[in-house]
Amino acid sequence: MIRLFGLLLVLTLAACSPRALEPRFIDEGLPQDLADWGMVGVRDGRLILAEGAQAYELNTPLFTDYAGKLRTVWMPKGQAASWSDEEAFDFPVGTVITKTFFYRKAADGAVSPADGLKLSETGEGLDLSTIRLVETRILVRRTGGWVALPYVWDEKQRTATLKRTGQPIALTLARAGRSDRFTYQVPNVNQCSGCHATDHAAKALQPIGLKARHLDREVAVAGTGFNQLARLEAIGYLRGPPAQRPGGVDWLDEAQPLDARARAWLDINCAHCHSPTGPADTSGMYLTPAVSGPRLGLCKPPIAAGQGTGGFRYGIHPGKPDESILVYRTASLDPGAMMPELGRALVQDEAVDLLRRWVAAMPGGCG
Amino acid sequence: MGQGMRRIFSGLTIAAALALAGCGGGGTASRPDTAYQETLIQQLIDAKPGDVISIPAGVYAIDRGLSLEVDGVIIRGAGMDKTILTFKGQTAGAEGLLVNASNFTIEDLALEDAKGDALKVNEAENVIIRRVRAEWTGGPKTSNGAYGLYPVQVKNLLIEDSVAIGASDAGIYVGQSQNVVVRRNRAEFNVAGIEIENTQNADVYDNLATNNTGGILVFNMPNLKVPGFGTRIFRNRAVGNNTANFGRKGTAVASVPAGTGVIINSNDQVEIFDNDIGGNNTANVIVSSFFSAGYKAGEGASETFDPWPESIFVHGNRFSPGGGKPDGVELQALRVALFGLTGALPDVLWDGYVDKAKFVAGKPDPALAICVDNGAARVLNADLPNKAKNPKVVELRCKLPPLPAANVEFAGPIPTESRIPAAGKS
Ligand code: HEC
Ligand code: HEC
Repeated sequence: MIRLFGLLLVLTLAACSPRALEPRFIDEGLPQDLADWGMVGVRDGRLILAEGAQAYELNTPLFTDYAGKLRTVWMPKGQAASWSDEEAFDFPVGTVITKTFFYRKAADGAVSPADGLKLSETGEGLDLSTIRLVETRILVRRTGGWVALPYVWDEKQRTATLKRTGQPIALTLARAGRSDRFTYQVPNVNQCSGCHATDHAAKALQPIGLKARHLDREVAVAGTGFNQLARLEAIGYLRGPPAQRPGGVDWLDEAQPLDARARAWLDINCAHCHSPTGPADTSGMYLTPAVSGPRLGLCKPPIAAGQGTGGFRYGIHPGKPDESILVYRTASLDPGAMMPELGRALVQDEAVDLLRRWVAAMPGGCG
Repeated sequence: MGQGMRRIFSGLTIAAALALAGCGGGGTASRPDTAYQETLIQQLIDAKPGDVISIPAGVYAIDRGLSLEVDGVIIRGAGMDKTILTFKGQTAGAEGLLVNASNFTIEDLALEDAKGDALKVNEAENVIIRRVRAEWTGGPKTSNGAYGLYPVQVKNLLIEDSVAIGASDAGIYVGQSQNVVVRRNRAEFNVAGIEIENTQNADVYDNLATNNTGGILVFNMPNLKVPGFGTRIFRNRAVGNNTANFGRKGTAVASVPAGTGVIINSNDQVEIFDNDIGGNNTANVIVSSFFSAGYKAGEGASETFDPWPESIFVHGNRFSPGGGKPDGVELQALRVALFGLTGALPDVLWDGYVDKAKFVAGKPDPALAICVDNGAARVLNADLPNKAKNPKVVELRCKLPPLPAANVEFAGPIPTESRIPAAGKS
């Protein structure tokens, strides 16, 4: 009797005020339902964020088939990450980071690009009458290290369920004057490691985007403007940022030099593999900031590119984008050639265009 | 400068592609099982150290790249002609199977028609690849995946009794590794049959390399963390490697002339002995430097890169006729000019580059010499440093101390009896 009454009470409460999200750190196991984490959830047709799940965006994001991304970071009370100039911040055990991938809904069940949406438009949640959720990825810092968990949203857009083997999802992307059918691939957890094990010898996962240069950015949420690093410090999530901020480059900012824009794009899209410790160190080509010369690919013969050479002799042939392996592989959809090797099924035309202009503007040549 | 195909000896050659029909082996008849992939991916994800992932006999269609991240796992099939993973319909993934884990063994299965590499093991220790077949079943094609069996940055590696067919780069490619044994494998119809690159201490023996563009390659590439040295090639059969070069332009192997038995490029301390090498139409053995692949000194290479092949010792091999129909009009012209219409290039072809900066008191350092002490075998110095003005047969008779054996404990001692696989069947 008491139990029944209790149930009724819960139901009545749920009907008048939506249950608040209760963010929590789950220190072991494989929670099957994204809701278990309480970081993001659907209430009244909106994807909402838990209190304390701080939304953030990056100066330059990773391209994922034109999906929009809503990212949050949460830490248990009293915990904070510590600053690093170059590397990802060092986050305490208990940290939960989410990244939700979504598209705009388009006519006839198609979707349209959402990667242009800014935090000012998404930071208070997403209106599911216009947005289609695809997946939410979680990185959780446990005592044994970071763990990666992909959750896939259901058709009804109510729940997201753990899918460690990943999932192919057939989508049609509608853009001005064109429509492309493609298979969006939710990565499996081993593929998460393929990008997030940035120290390939240690094989431990790391966050990639939560670095000073990617986060140093002025944003506005609910009409209030702030600098993201200052905000993280103010809410107690970040210890020790220096007085002098590092700055960062938005690859779409036309006020920035072409070189800085191209390098910012390569940094976030490629450098987690193409670094002296990453899984692509076997190629001897590093796309981290501050690298130059053959190390960056200039006049560099490829090591093990196979198909991926596209018939060209050099990683970057200054002045000749049409003869540069780096441009060719960024524009390719052939699994044996395309770069990144994982994580996309479409070409980011705008990025290929930027890289082409960047290489075309380079002085000199090879051979 | 255009994007012309530049072969080693391109100072001489502009290679014309010969259309050579190739025949693959294997091939899958029964309709593949598409449901198993999900099970296999789950097993790879859930694997714990010590697990054996057994794949029963059958043909399984896989449409995404597979990967393993857990140390200490064995993947085992029911035989390289019984358990077949076919990647014909693969839409994603740069490899058929990517392994980022140590203490790994894979045995008794086949990986067919991967879009990129068939099997890649990246940065690991203690790896065994045994009785694995990596094959592109449509014969040699430029659109085939690059590498068949591709361990890279592996410490302690054994590849044995395996088969690689149809790779558009190298069938068996060992890159940037240390302590390596490659034995009793068969490599056919690849651009490079077996390639050892930037690797230290490798023993390559009792293998068959036939019908490739180049049979066995020992290369060093610039801009990598470690240079390769210390490779012994012995008791192999490198015969009839005359398949037209079908490598993608721009790859290192696209510069290998068709008809190459064994080739050393920019690598040091290589000992080639006790092999059967013959019927390779350009040369049974080529010794060359990075320069002859058309790259210039100092360009696109880190300063520490040493492009000169040094301390090379060729001795005690059984050469049968080769060099009779070298790849490319210029090498052909050279053959006719020096050896007559029906003559052949000598067994050993050398591009002629030496590093004068390493001379001791104005003379080449004997410890860094290229020594060919192989009975009647002759050496042609193609004189590429001087634009091939004065190519001539030279005498390089000298000896170098024997190289130590590779030290791979789980490979056991080198068997006294040589057992080389037969051609043409898996
Ligand atoms: C193709 C490479 C790639 C793959 C595969 C990949 N990630 Fe990421 N991930 C990135 C990059 C790059 C960033 C940072 C850029 C961004 O957020 O746009 C990132 C960001 C994230 C973030 C935000 C925190 C951070 O690292 O900055 C989470 C959470 C995350 N990924 C989880 C996952 C999970 C879970 C998987 C597997 C299902 C996965 N990722 C697979 C490249 C990848
Ligand atoms: C998931 C890891 C990963 C990511 C992300 C990645 N790469 Fe690669 N890349 C590799 C690996 C592994 C190789 C070596 C094998 C090969 O060439 O296919 C490579 C090789 C290359 C090469 C050949 C370099 C050489 O000199 O041999 C180029 C060019 C390249 N990548 C460009 C890019 C670009 C541009 C991006 C970003 C848009 C990128 N890669 C992102 C893994 C990655």
